[in-house]
Formats: sequence, C-alpha cells, structure tokens
Amino acid sequence: MLHHIWAIATKDLRSEFRTKEAINSTMSFSVVILLLFSFAFDPSPDMIAEFGGGLLWMVFAFAGALIVNRSFARELPNDCIDVLVSSPASGASLFLGKSLASFVLLYGIECFCLPVFGIFYNITWWRSLGGLLGVLALGTWSMACVGTFFSALTVNLRLRELMLPMLLYPMLIPALLSVMMLTNTLLTGQPLPSDFSVWLRLLVGFNIMFTTLSVYLAETVLVR
Amino acid sequence: MRTKVIVGLGLVAGPLLLRNLYVIMFGVPDEMEQGPIYRIFYYHLPAFLTAAICYLTAMVTSVLYLIKKDQRYDAIAVSATETGLAFAAVNLITGMIWGRISWGIWWAWDPRLTWALICWLVYFGYLMLRSAIDDPTERAKNSAVLSIFASASVAVTWKAIEWWRTQHPGPVLSIRTGGVQKIDPIMENMLYVNTLALLLLCAMFVLIRLRQEEVQREIDAVRRYAHAMN
Repeated sequence: MLHHIWAIATKDLRSEFRTKEAINSTMSFSVVILLLFSFAFDPSPDMIAEFGGGLLWMVFAFAGALIVNRSFARELPNDCIDVLVSSPASGASLFLGKSLASFVLLYGIECFCLPVFGIFYNITWWRSLGGLLGVLALGTWSMACVGTFFSALTVNLRLRELMLPMLLYPMLIPALLSVMMLTNTLLTGQPLPSDFSVWLRLLVGFNIMFTTLSVYLAETVLVR
Repeated sequence: MRTKVIVGLGLVAGPLLLRNLYVIMFGVPDEMEQGPIYRIFYYHLPAFLTAAICYLTAMVTSVLYLIKKDQRYDAIAVSATETGLAFAAVNLITGMIWGRISWGIWWAWDPRLTWALICWLVYFGYLMLRSAIDDPTERAKNSAVLSIFASASVAVTWKAIEWWRTQHPGPVLSIRTGGVQKIDPIMENMLYVNTLALLLLCAMFVLIRLRQEEVQREIDAVRRYAHAMN
C-alpha cells in the first residue's frame, strides 16, 4: 500500500512540477490576497497581533481550494481517472497519495507566503518557528485530506469549481478555527495560553477522525 | 396506508399546535426578566430538537444506503434533510427575532448561533450536491457519503465552539441540568408538549416529501424507459 501511495504522490508532484500550473497561479493568487487585505483595514501592530493568524489562514484556505480542486480534476482528460481506479492501487492508496501530493504543494506555498506576510505586515514570525511549522503542517493536512476527498466527490460535477469550496469550507471550520487560534499565538511570540493544548487536541482529533473516515469511504466514492 | 398515516399525523398535530398556541399566548405566565418575548422560546428550542432528529435520521439512513444500496434509504435521507433544514431555519429565525428584542442586535457571533448556521450551511451543501448530479445511483452514493461527513463535522464543530465566548442562554431543561429546575414546571411541560407537536408535524412533512420523492423517481424511471425504447 505504501508503495502505491508513494507512486501516486510522486506522479502528481512530477506532473505539477513539469507544468507548474497550480503552483504559479496559487502563489501569485496568495500574494494578491495578502495585498488586498492591507487595503481592507489598517495593518497596525495591534491589529496584526489580534488577526494575523486568521488572515494568514484565509489566504491558505483560498489557496488550498485551488490546489485540491486540481487533485482529481487533472485526471479527467483522456479518462485517466478510470485507469487509476482500475489499477491495482486501492481507493484508500489513491486517496492518500493524492492527499500527500496536495499537502506537499500547499505546505510549500505556505512556507513561501510566511516570509511575504512577515514583510508586508511587519511581523517577526520566526520567533517560534518550530511550533509554527508544526501547526502549519497539521492545519495543511486537514485541508489536504478533507479537500482531496471532496475533490473526488465533486470531480464529475458541472459546477465543480463552485461546489468544492461551498462544501469544503463549512466542513473545515473546526480545523480552521483551531489552527487560526494556534497560529495567532505562535505569531505574537507570547507565552502559550492555557487553552493552547485544547485547540491543539482539537486539531489533531479532527485530523485523525477525518483521515480515518476519508480512507474508509474513499473506495466507495471513487468506484463508479 | 401511508396516506392514512399522513392524515392521522395531520389530525393530531394540527389541533395540538393550535391548542399549544392558545396556551402559550394566554395560559403560561410571563418570564420574570424577559417579559412576553420569551414565548418565542416555545418554538425556538422545539424547532432545533426536531431539526437535530431529522439530521440524525439522515445520517442513519445514509449509512444504511451505503450498506444495502437500497434507494428507499436515500429517499428517506433527502426527505429528512430537507424537512430538517426547514425546522433549522425556524430555529435560526426565531433566535434572531429574540436576539433583536433581548440583545438589540439581529445576530451575534455566539457559539450556539454560529454552530446552528454552520450546520445549516453544511446540510444546504448536501442539497446543492444532490441537485448537481443527474445519475440517481451516483447522486445517492455521494449524498450518503456527504451526509456522514456532515454529521461528523457538525459534532466536532459543536465541541469546538463550546470553548468560544458565549452570550446565549444556557440549558434550562431539567433533563440537561441534571434534575435542577431552572424554569417553572408549567413552562417546561409546555415546552415538551410543543416539541411533541412539532415532531408530529415534522413526521408528516417527511412522509409527504418521501411520497413526492418516490413519485419523482417513478417518473424518472418511466422517462428513462421511454428514452431507451426510442
């Protein structure tokens, strides 16, 4: 199974790095959104300390929808999706491989956006770098996992680009809520508050629950 | 047989709702702090409980559909979800009216309000997904999966927002407060009776919607058959 997951993830990443369609468009889109936020309100240090995590994750959520939307949509031309489903790889391997590829792409874009965010909004984001990268990884996995699953669910729909974010964002609220709180705390560099572990547990619990559910139901969704 | 059940439910629910409306307006006393506006609570909480039961029914029937692949379970799931959404809308709207009078604002980003709205959006997405898929088997399968995801997400969201700031009144029913009587027993009993009335009304709506769904499926089957014959 691990062999199949790896093969599918590397196939997706190789295909993306050759065309760079999603990477280029998502990176530029993220920078534009970061720029637009600065017009919406006065980015004073107090304001950023209060909303920084939320702003950053708004950008990542928009970028994430673009990335995961391509996850299964790129298999539509030439009926590649049918070939993948009929291959010896199980539905769960297919789903996990694609989630892993989405995770790597999204995490890379987040690592690019973090310094840009620091420059634009004057934030010393590297004060708790290890913790921040860990929290980003957990939040990114929840988006990649649930997003990829919904990408499979909506891949054949007429209004795919509209349906995916409509279904995905309400579903992701518990994860987004926790990761915004955690990122905010880590960005300000203040001592960890008492509820930090509660939000962390919620995020980890969300990931375990939805990864299990997605792996279990992936075969049902993919086999037509 | 089902027609008789629908008529029977209507005959019980209709007079009971009218009787409850009379008792709520003229029988039960005013609340000490809120005055007469608290009466909206007799519809607000029962509507929420009814919607929650509908969502639970949709989740159970969705699991049953995935196990047994019987289209009847899918029909029950969509009927329960649509009816649940209507009752959830009643819950949201009555809450907003109460908030306007008591808090001076239509909406506050309070945990319970937020949770109810998220819940409504998630299940509205379920109906949107259904309308976007033409093939009945594909539609039933994807909807069932989404319904299971929705119920899990709603449960997690409910836990998450418990840690948020809150201004919504806390639980008052003695079954939620461990037997502690927080409201007058007359008020609490009225609340249970009106919940029963709304549940009966909801069951009637679900059965009517189920019949519509079955008729629609028959029409679709005949249309496909006619198309195949040509």
